[in-house]
Amino acid sequence: MSMLNKGAKLIDNLLDVKNIQMVPTRDGFGKGLVEAGEKDQRVVALCADLSESTRFHWFAQKFPERFIQMGVAEQNLATVASGMANYGKIPFIGSYAAFSPGRNNEQIRTTISLNNIPVKVIGCHAGVSVGPDGATHQQIEDIALMRVQPNMTVVVPCDAVEAQKATVAIAFNNKPSYLRLGREKSWVFTTPDTPFEVGKAEILRVSSASSGQADVVIIGCGILLYNALAAAEELAKEQIDCMVINSHTVKPLDEKTIIEVAKKCGAVVSVEEHQVNGGLGSAIAECLAKNHPVPQEFIGVQDRFGESGDPFELIEVLGMGVGSIKEAVKKVFKRKNK
Amino acid sequence: MSHYLHDEKVKELELIANKARELLIEELVAAGSGHTAGPLGMADIFTALYFHVLKHDPKNPKWEERDWLFLSNGHITPIRYVSMAQAGYFPIEELKTLRKFGTRLQGHPERERLPGVESTSGPLGSGLSQAAGVAHAMRMDGKKNRVYCIMSDGEHDAGNLWEAIMFAGKYRLSNLTGIIDRNNIQIDGMTEDIMPLESLRAKYEAFNWHVLEVDGHNTERFVDAIEEAKAVYEKPTVLIAHTIPGKGIPEIEFDYRWHGNPPGSGPTDVFKDKATQGRDMLAKLRTLGGKIKSEHE
Repeated sequence: MSMLNKGAKLIDNLLDVKNIQMVPTRDGFGKGLVEAGEKDQRVVALCADLSESTRFHWFAQKFPERFIQMGVAEQNLATVASGMANYGKIPFIGSYAAFSPGRNNEQIRTTISLNNIPVKVIGCHAGVSVGPDGATHQQIEDIALMRVQPNMTVVVPCDAVEAQKATVAIAFNNKPSYLRLGREKSWVFTTPDTPFEVGKAEILRVSSASSGQADVVIIGCGILLYNALAAAEELAKEQIDCMVINSHTVKPLDEKTIIEVAKKCGAVVSVEEHQVNGGLGSAIAECLAKNHPVPQEFIGVQDRFGESGDPFELIEVLGMGVGSIKEAVKKVFKRKNK
Repeated sequence: MSHYLHDEKVKELELIANKARELLIEELVAAGSGHTAGPLGMADIFTALYFHVLKHDPKNPKWEERDWLFLSNGHITPIRYVSMAQAGYFPIEELKTLRKFGTRLQGHPERERLPGVESTSGPLGSGLSQAAGVAHAMRMDGKKNRVYCIMSDGEHDAGNLWEAIMFAGKYRLSNLTGIIDRNNIQIDGMTEDIMPLESLRAKYEAFNWHVLEVDGHNTERFVDAIEEAKAVYEKPTVLIAHTIPGKGIPEIEFDYRWHGNPPGSGPTDVFKDKATQGRDMLAKLRTLGGKIKSEHE
């Protein structure tokens, strides 16, 4: 019996790895940006010489008069967009996350977050799954950079379908927003019918216990949620019962849901393709320390830089594969029962 | 003689500017911190902007037909606050709240706090990009408003600013006018020692800008240059306004040590008693370098 949450309307045969569709989250964003542009003339797109790889070019082809080529100038990218949003446009700014919000962090802080105007920062090629490009281009500090800025909304979609929904949602939230995207093709396991609301965590897998109280809850964001679901399925065979929660919005965090599942399960594993310092795991720990402290293990990059390699090889060797998640679950389960 | 200003108007603006300097010194003394030299040097230009050049409505700061004024070098905001108060954006008495807890007059200006401030600024080199963003958006919508951006010379050390200069040149933003406060000083010394900027004119021209150089204390020349900028087709214009830091108090003019100090904590070689620096400066200021006898003239 599948313990996948029926309400989440995930794909059938979710763990059929050989046949699952693989699409990068940036593709979902590209479609979402065109959709937002069709809905509202105020939507404009600014890109720093990376329009094809960020999928901004789909918008540029459809609305050339609303596309602005900025050249390799990320500081100007953020600040020109600030002016345009200040005037009344809805600007999306695109580059690799290493450069935006990496290089232009102060400009985002002062002219977008402190000004409190609705620029949409699109961080492409985030995470170590950029692969061969190496550490310079593997942005694994961006969630931390963005979530500490007041006024900023931070969303990390788990697949291309969710990325499209998230793009349209942040276009019209009237707030400074950050959307984190990956380069590599990744598993598409949600459907157009899967509920999505910024700030609302989604239960992907429920407990098999009649009480609804699982042994451990895995809370993640981004593409690694697929690994989390795979780990939960394997752990079920070892009689360890896991819930899985998609906390796609890192800020504002859905504290209500997180406190609720922490109370139910009593142990948490956080999962993200990001430094364990300052990311989603930290946000969860901050929330639970204040409200309902429980043991927690952190899946993510353990305070080091990435390096060149195959995307999924890097995810494995840096401790974010299915095996690592299973180990973390077992460890936190033991700590809970001490 | 100006092509655009009557002599009577020139005199009126000069008197407003001198009053602005007085209010500035009082404002800085009350705050106990802030910058002195730059704001004094920009009193004439802010006066010309708020009392002649800008289309604006202090009672309706978000008026759609307004011209936009960005202040990129946010640290000289005390003089902008003075001009705004004089123009009627808020009561003159509120100037005394500068830099105090709970004030709308933050040490560096914030858009969310004070209506009429178009953008938050302070970190240098980012204002022109924002102004260019507004100018570009307005051209997309066929709007006729003009966008002005005041910059310091020292902030031209910053790469972000050159990105903006390149952008505005590319998109031929003729509705954008930059105004550089060319006073030759920055915190650590003279601009040409810290990081040489010259030839600023040649640099801007190379980036497809129209360049005008004016005496920043000559309101007639300044206003004529602003009008010339409006006539320039398909190019942004920059006014390099040569100004005297500390203008109005001859004893501190050109002295970079007054860049970051308010009266009360400045150097003591001329105004020897820190406790009365503000009062002593006001006494010097009232004559505007001997040009007038009192603020009432």
